[in-house]
Amino acid sequence: MKPAPFTLHRPSDVAEAAQLLTRFADDEVRILAGGQSLVPMMAFRLARPGHLIDINGLGELAQITQSDGAIEIGALVRHNDIASAEIEGATGALLKKVMPNIAHHPIRARGTICGSLAHADPSSEWCLSAATLDAVLLARSATGKREIAARDWFTGAMSTSLQADELLTGVRLPVLPEGTRFGFQEFSRRKGDFAICAALVVFEIHYGVIEEARIGIGGAEDHPRRIAEGEAVLKGQRPSAELFARAGAAVAAALDPMEDHSTKAAYRRDLACDLVEGALQEAAR
Amino acid sequence: MNHRPQPIIGQSLTRLEDPPLVRGKGRFAADVNFPHQLHMRVVRSPVAHGRLRGVNVEAALQLKGVVAVWTAQDVADLSPIDYREGRIEKLEPYRQPVLARDFVRYVGEPVAVVFAVDAYVAEDGADLVELDIETLQPITDAEQAVGEFAPGLSTEAAIVTQGFGDVEGAFASAHAVVSLDLQVGRHSGVPLETRGAIGRYDAARDVLELHGAAKVPHKNRESLARMLGRTTTTLHLYEYHVGGGFGIRGEIYPEDILVLVAALRLERPVKWIEDRREHMMCANQSRHQRHYVSAAVDREGRLLAIKNEFFHDQGAYPRTHALRIAETTCGILPGPYHVGAYSALGHYRLTNKTPCATYRAPGRYETNFVRERLLDAIAHKLGISRVDVRRVNLIKKEEMPYERPLSVLEDDVSYDSGDYEGLLDKSLQAIGWDELQASLKERRANGEIVGAGLALFIEKSGLGPTDGAHVNVDTNGVVEVITGGASVGQGFETVIGQVCADILGADYRKVRVVHGQTDRIEFGIGAHASRATVMTANAVAAAAAKVRAKALDMASELLQTPAADLEIEKGVIFRRDAPSGPTITLGAVANALRPMAKTRGPREPGLCSDGWFDSEHQVYPYGNQLAVVKIDPRSGAVTVERYLIAYDVGRAINPMLVRGQILGGFAQGLGGALYEEFLYDDNGEPLSVTFADYLMPTMAEVPPVEVLLCEDAPSPRNPLGIKGAGESGIAPVGAAIASAVEDALQSYGVVRQLPLTPQRIKAILDGFKS
Amino acid sequence: MSKIAVSFTLNGRKVEVEVEPRRTLADVIRDDCGLTGTHTGCEHGVCGACTIIVNGQTVRSCLMFGAQAEGAEIRTVESLSAGDTLHPLQEAFVQHHGLQCGFCTPGFLMLACGTLEANPQMDEEEMRDILSSNLCRCTGYENILKAVKDGAERMRGEP
Repeated sequence: MKPAPFTLHRPSDVAEAAQLLTRFADDEVRILAGGQSLVPMMAFRLARPGHLIDINGLGELAQITQSDGAIEIGALVRHNDIASAEIEGATGALLKKVMPNIAHHPIRARGTICGSLAHADPSSEWCLSAATLDAVLLARSATGKREIAARDWFTGAMSTSLQADELLTGVRLPVLPEGTRFGFQEFSRRKGDFAICAALVVFEIHYGVIEEARIGIGGAEDHPRRIAEGEAVLKGQRPSAELFARAGAAVAAALDPMEDHSTKAAYRRDLACDLVEGALQEAAR
Repeated sequence: MNHRPQPIIGQSLTRLEDPPLVRGKGRFAADVNFPHQLHMRVVRSPVAHGRLRGVNVEAALQLKGVVAVWTAQDVADLSPIDYREGRIEKLEPYRQPVLARDFVRYVGEPVAVVFAVDAYVAEDGADLVELDIETLQPITDAEQAVGEFAPGLSTEAAIVTQGFGDVEGAFASAHAVVSLDLQVGRHSGVPLETRGAIGRYDAARDVLELHGAAKVPHKNRESLARMLGRTTTTLHLYEYHVGGGFGIRGEIYPEDILVLVAALRLERPVKWIEDRREHMMCANQSRHQRHYVSAAVDREGRLLAIKNEFFHDQGAYPRTHALRIAETTCGILPGPYHVGAYSALGHYRLTNKTPCATYRAPGRYETNFVRERLLDAIAHKLGISRVDVRRVNLIKKEEMPYERPLSVLEDDVSYDSGDYEGLLDKSLQAIGWDELQASLKERRANGEIVGAGLALFIEKSGLGPTDGAHVNVDTNGVVEVITGGASVGQGFETVIGQVCADILGADYRKVRVVHGQTDRIEFGIGAHASRATVMTANAVAAAAAKVRAKALDMASELLQTPAADLEIEKGVIFRRDAPSGPTITLGAVANALRPMAKTRGPREPGLCSDGWFDSEHQVYPYGNQLAVVKIDPRSGAVTVERYLIAYDVGRAINPMLVRGQILGGFAQGLGGALYEEFLYDDNGEPLSVTFADYLMPTMAEVPPVEVLLCEDAPSPRNPLGIKGAGESGIAPVGAAIASAVEDALQSYGVVRQLPLTPQRIKAILDGFKS
Repeated sequence: MSKIAVSFTLNGRKVEVEVEPRRTLADVIRDDCGLTGTHTGCEHGVCGACTIIVNGQTVRSCLMFGAQAEGAEIRTVESLSAGDTLHPLQEAFVQHHGLQCGFCTPGFLMLACGTLEANPQMDEEEMRDILSSNLCRCTGYENILKAVKDGAERMRGEP
């Protein structure tokens, strides 16, 4: 389990990183940020990049910036950075709630949020958060910048619309108004394992009824997404146990869960139903 | 007032092993390096079953840094890997070749090896070896139709049977019959240190060396010498620190032989360190059995007869243990209970999966599950309590030694001592069984899915027949104990050190324990089947007693005091009735016994002696495990809320270490009960080859465990009264948790398969709804 | 494959090595620097046996390349004791039988050391959460938790 040979590049700025991507686009070039997903794949030789571009020296990408109702998280912000970051609105609290569910402490010390988004594991908590909050992913190439909506970002399991010559420089999240309710629940076999299914729900309550409802499901399908059928159940309704159960059922019915040798689709569907219900109850508390 | 030394046996002393280990100064296999060494990388079969048509090594040989590449042709002169206990004629044709020839039979089977100057380059070279394999239909289930291993050889390599009494008669006249279909999943030891082997040939001394040995270095030396055509005096094995053994490490695998042969032929040291993926495909797996078991009982639930037919999924080859686990499965199943008549018939079947062999409590983890499931089912069928059905069947204290016409490890079953019912009462009281039932009932009424379960078991330990040791005191008073035992992390040095210090009167901190070095002692029993403490400690006790006698004899002359009036404590000899009077140290006595010393007189030189211990039968420790579990209705996940382990170890040399063995074993048992399973797809492709797929419990999954350690029934079969402890924590965990889960579900005969994964339990819960 | 010159501080000492970019930091520490106390149990970032402290953060050294250590302050298990004096965590592991085979021990010690230095007042729940990062196959964890609890008190200078 020793990685195959590669050439290491250490660009001094983002522009140089983008140029290197263009230059080696045909030779399995990969960006090395936290390395917590890429390096294991290289150890198994499932990934054999000819060139690695180590962006860890690009301090400009290690920032969290906030302006105009949006939060921008740079490509070098590590999972654990969220714990101490001051992030506006309910978004900050939501990210702080989600973060500890990601793997384990030493992995979070090095792994990056954008790395998770680029890796696009169906179970990733950050991918689920991005999909649920309609994040915008910020890509940069030698020829320009591109903004990609989360719903256009995920193209399948471990697959995104990022082009081979593009670098994901950051992700932009909306600042959720103070008072926004959210709930997050996931089920994994052991603590820190990839979730078999996860649910993130967000809503506001205006005059006693639910508005701006978002229900995201991760781990069940090949990529996380918002489930409009579940959100529709909530819209304009007063929160109740019965309503949340109906929303869970609507989400489950709308899913087309993955099935593999160890996990049945029906199991994921049932979990989604219960996790949505649980997350909604948690949000309403 | 006579001074009596503090006993050292029985004290929870901190370990002799720890200082280097906590400093990062241990020496594990990967830490062993020799100048000019080569690194070996194994090219493995990517398919579960196929005809090997060709291996192209040209591209690999061209790679800079690659020194040699071997295929089966290069080692055609080597015999397949022998069974540890020698020749077994019927199984001879099933032995695994060192490198696959003609056929590959599991994913991961070694097909070629690359030797290179660096581990990275060796892996690059292995990637370049091209295999031409014609894929054949694999057998992935031990119950599917038997196939052909080779022309004229069935994949049912053997049928094992044991039994006694009139089983059919008992069934015909029984009050009731209970039948179950039970499965135990494939899991294994998976030590944190992967395997490793470093071969080195010292031409100056004509000695071939294997570094990184474990478990049974002396036994393995005999096998390897036989296979390589060498004498045992020119082949030596060296065990250093071992990162967990659990039965799977230290058996002879293809790689051990390859590094030795390569060291000889390439005339350079050859190092092989297994990677984790290889470990999950190639190191011995275990446990995979399916049992069709029935019991005939009378009105009170007495076991008139048990009839068991089982399928043992052995994987691709028999490996070094041959039929051992299947045989043990037959011999130990009845456990602590009277059984009127018994028959066991096991189908030992080869499948196209990783081969299986022993994992901590082999044959017991499985049969404890089977037998205790059966007792729960009987209790339910007859409407009696789960405790009462066990109580009515338990073998009584007065019946000891209790013999049964079965055998375990080719040793006739004879339980040496024990008060099974007494321990059951103690553990029920410790956990508050009756109050527990009431509180669980109340919680269930409130909608929780909670339950309690229990499992009773006997262990076996200390299979002999014989072990020896040598104790030597140097002129500084440092005591060297040379054993043929092995340390797999269990605290062997500490336990041996305590026994030696206690018997001899030495300073425990001044005892150095040698193990696993075949060039230091001619024979050795190693560390397997919980026998190290029983066998080696008793041999050390015998040697230490002789050294003590010799020391007292010499000191008596030097101190001008009758030996009978002398005492030794912490390496100092003194008059028992005058501890503050004249003294002499063991070091000074050793000095007086040097060959040149005039003081020695007619005595043999040296303050040293050999000691031996012979055992006629194994010893049988016993215990109970009680579990309280809660099930999450959404996911089916089981949480263990409480767990109690009661165990009678006969006599604990170091109670802290015994507890450590119990807690560690429990965590592994919990893995097999709830989390761990080696899965394969229909093509025989292994699906659990990473630590993200094979789920071992972390601290978050392991609940606190209450341990009730008892010494009520010392073994009459050895002077120290010891029974083993290594496998007690793990052996009945699957059984106890299954019992608790079924109680939680309040439905009977539904918990039939380990591990109890959330999906399996969810399927049971869903079954209730429909 | 061309090698890269890398210099970093290892347990307080300046180290300069020339390594292939693909060599993991774990292998560089073990093979190129000769400190074999850092163990590799899985090489894919799950078991935690290779946990070390890099610039104050506890990380898996099998998931970093040696070339990425340029300029870093690295601490491994060998840095904990000073001569015969053990670190409070080492003492506690010995005292509470927090190790059996000892293979996972350096990883647990560095995980506990790094996180306790950052958060000396960690409560038991936080400890359980952090320590569930690493695998042990011998102890069943109970004594590791005891040792870390006791070690934390000793680190804080409490009796």
